[in-house]
Amino acid sequence: MRMLSRTAAALYWLGRYVERADFTARLVEATVRLDALSARPAGEAAWASALSVTYNDDAFAATGQSISQQPVARFLTLDMANPGSIVRCLEQARNNARAVRTSLTREAWTAVNRLWLLFANRQSPGGSASTLALVEGVMAEARGFEGAIHRMMRNEATLLIQLGAAIERADNTARLLDVKYHLLLPAGEAVGGVVDRDQWTTILQTVSAVTAYRWIYSEGLKPANVIDLLICRAELPRSLAACVEEVVEQLNALAKRTGLQGEADRMARARIARMQKTRAHEVIVSGLHEYLQAFIRENALLDAAIARQFRFI
Amino acid sequence: MGTRRAFDEIWGHGGPERPRPEFAELADWIASTPQAELHKRQQSAEATFRQLGITFAVYGDSDASERIIPFDIVPRVFLHDEWERLSQGLVQRVEAINAFLEDVYGERRILDEGIVPPELILNNPQFRPEVAGIRPPHGIWAHICGIDLVRTGPDEFWVLEDNARTPSGVSYMLENREAMIRLCPELFRSFRVAAVDSYGDILRETMRSVAPDARANSYGNQPVCVVLTPGHFNSAYYEHSFLADTMGIELVEPADLIVDDDVVYMQTIAGRVKVDVIYRRIDDDFLDPLVFRPDSLLGVPGIMAAYRAGNVALINAPGNGIADDKAIYSYMPEIVKFYSGSEAKLPNVETWRCREPDALNYVLDHLDEVVVKLVDGSGGYGMLVGPTASKAEIEDFRRALIAEPHRYIAQPTLALSTVPTVTETGLAPRHVDFRPFVLTGSNGVQVVPGGLTRVALKEGSLVVNSSQGGGTKDSFVLLPEGRQTQSQVQS
Repeated sequence: MRMLSRTAAALYWLGRYVERADFTARLVEATVRLDALSARPAGEAAWASALSVTYNDDAFAATGQSISQQPVARFLTLDMANPGSIVRCLEQARNNARAVRTSLTREAWTAVNRLWLLFANRQSPGGSASTLALVEGVMAEARGFEGAIHRMMRNEATLLIQLGAAIERADNTARLLDVKYHLLLPAGEAVGGVVDRDQWTTILQTVSAVTAYRWIYSEGLKPANVIDLLICRAELPRSLAACVEEVVEQLNALAKRTGLQGEADRMARARIARMQKTRAHEVIVSGLHEYLQAFIRENALLDAAIARQFRFI
Repeated sequence: MGTRRAFDEIWGHGGPERPRPEFAELADWIASTPQAELHKRQQSAEATFRQLGITFAVYGDSDASERIIPFDIVPRVFLHDEWERLSQGLVQRVEAINAFLEDVYGERRILDEGIVPPELILNNPQFRPEVAGIRPPHGIWAHICGIDLVRTGPDEFWVLEDNARTPSGVSYMLENREAMIRLCPELFRSFRVAAVDSYGDILRETMRSVAPDARANSYGNQPVCVVLTPGHFNSAYYEHSFLADTMGIELVEPADLIVDDDVVYMQTIAGRVKVDVIYRRIDDDFLDPLVFRPDSLLGVPGIMAAYRAGNVALINAPGNGIADDKAIYSYMPEIVKFYSGSEAKLPNVETWRCREPDALNYVLDHLDEVVVKLVDGSGGYGMLVGPTASKAEIEDFRRALIAEPHRYIAQPTLALSTVPTVTETGLAPRHVDFRPFVLTGSNGVQVVPGGLTRVALKEGSLVVNSSQGGGTKDSFVLLPEGRQTQSQVQS
């Protein structure tokens, strides 16, 4: 039986919204730690970049609040008026899941429902400890959702959810790097210059790569390595290379199951071919910011191609 | 009107100390399981329902958050012979309902022979001239009926209401049984209970049996069947998705369907797929803006043309509201007799039709004793329960009755049966009603061995509707002695 177009769209966006909520939670967690552990309070700069990474800078500025932990953490986690907040992402995820109940197992549905229930009646994230507990809850339940998806039959439904998640993850990692790149390559300093170690750790923490870094690079923190890890290293699941590979795998599996192939497949394969030839030092030389902006744009075009190919409505 | 005189289905008339002999074991279980344990199990069931999202929204509720319907862990039990007799009455009634619908939208013999006043049907807003002359596949109109019953004694069942449009509650019947098996497995060792989990299979076979035949199907021989829901904002959405799930068929919304050249298609990622049978949970009014309400955004334009052309089967058929109607209900004994040739095995509750002057006078004189209902009401709204109403409420109804007598019927306040129910202060009898589900396909009429038991949770209350605070219980139908228990498959 062929999947409904509306169902396909809902599953894809379910994947995107849960991934977005999870990423935002990681970012808030990493920023809280940065704030807490730093010798000088990281304060405004750290929280400003957290807003920027999640495309929330203008929206927050419009609220007129000061950029500091309490208001920004609340804005990113619990603010119903902010469409990009975690609670709003989970509301969207749940609405999409509800619309396609019959495509999900009980485990998958209850995982989404549990994610959303975490926020029922929460007004404020509270202080650091309380905020950490909240975002850790999101991350744990998001892992539960991922687990439930992996235990479902490998069919169009799970493939679409994972496809949406991979597209979202690629966008998140690229954006994270793009916003923080000025930390990695400060103007006027040569590559390899002195950079705030804590800021780097925030980046690595957000993509769960702190330990991975140490295993892959036997030297201390260096900007070129961080860029290499997050763009080119497919071993790291949140790297651009890994996301690009995952997208191709899922589109191939979807093509096998549904017989549907087209422009999205072509774009995804072209992208992975280019990625396999990409070297971090070349990206740095030709312009990290330009590379990432182009990647983000192309990712958005691929998202649109997927919607057309599967006739989303 | 108190619970003192009512028949308790487990305790009989003698109270907890002297239960009905057939239920000694169950009464024992109730008495010996500690209150705290019963509470705990109930809370566990409700937590599961909440996690599963088996909720509903009450329209007009300012706190429009989702509610679960309270579940009571003490089941009611039908003995095999009681159930057999009840089933025969249900089958006879549903066959008559189908014959009636075919007749009023067809030859109208029942009007010609003066059994029912013509204006009651032809002037009735529930009568849909738009479907007159349509002959649905196999002449079946009411594929799924929920017949609401009350009980006043071991073998005294009365039909309260027929539901032939979109009877709901099946998902609660199935989920309650799952909860009971999980929480009280000991009861299933003591009692041989008929399984209800075949409902999905039976319904799917019913749907397939009424597919337009001799048409080219999209997937070889299996007709394409779908459940059509208005969407996940609808208060009964959980049930719609549950039904599609248990039957293994697609759940569609109006936006997914498109009608082209009088054929209904659903929009899939691979393009259009022809649809053969639609279990539609959208009211007639909203079903097709080209035929019924033109302002409906919930409909599928052209679906009625496809139906009329015989290219798609709709269950239940549009136009069934005329059989649901409370004014027609009062003629059901005559209707059953007309089509079956015999007296109705299941009696109606005595009903006074207020459009008749004698009946109206009787009702006005006895307002504090009767239940008055709107002919076109539902959900327990617009109802007067005389014995528990205030003077002001009674006077309001008196005025309404005098102003528009044709809009009302009245029935005596029955001493509904009770079943022991978990309350704050321990187990106590609470009034219940019952809705079994009867399925009709080209393969015959089947009564599902179980149903939805609704319980009025407030002491002495007779209002069981979920939208007004009622709860539900599981309903056991016992297998005949000597039969093996059928297994319930966990999903």
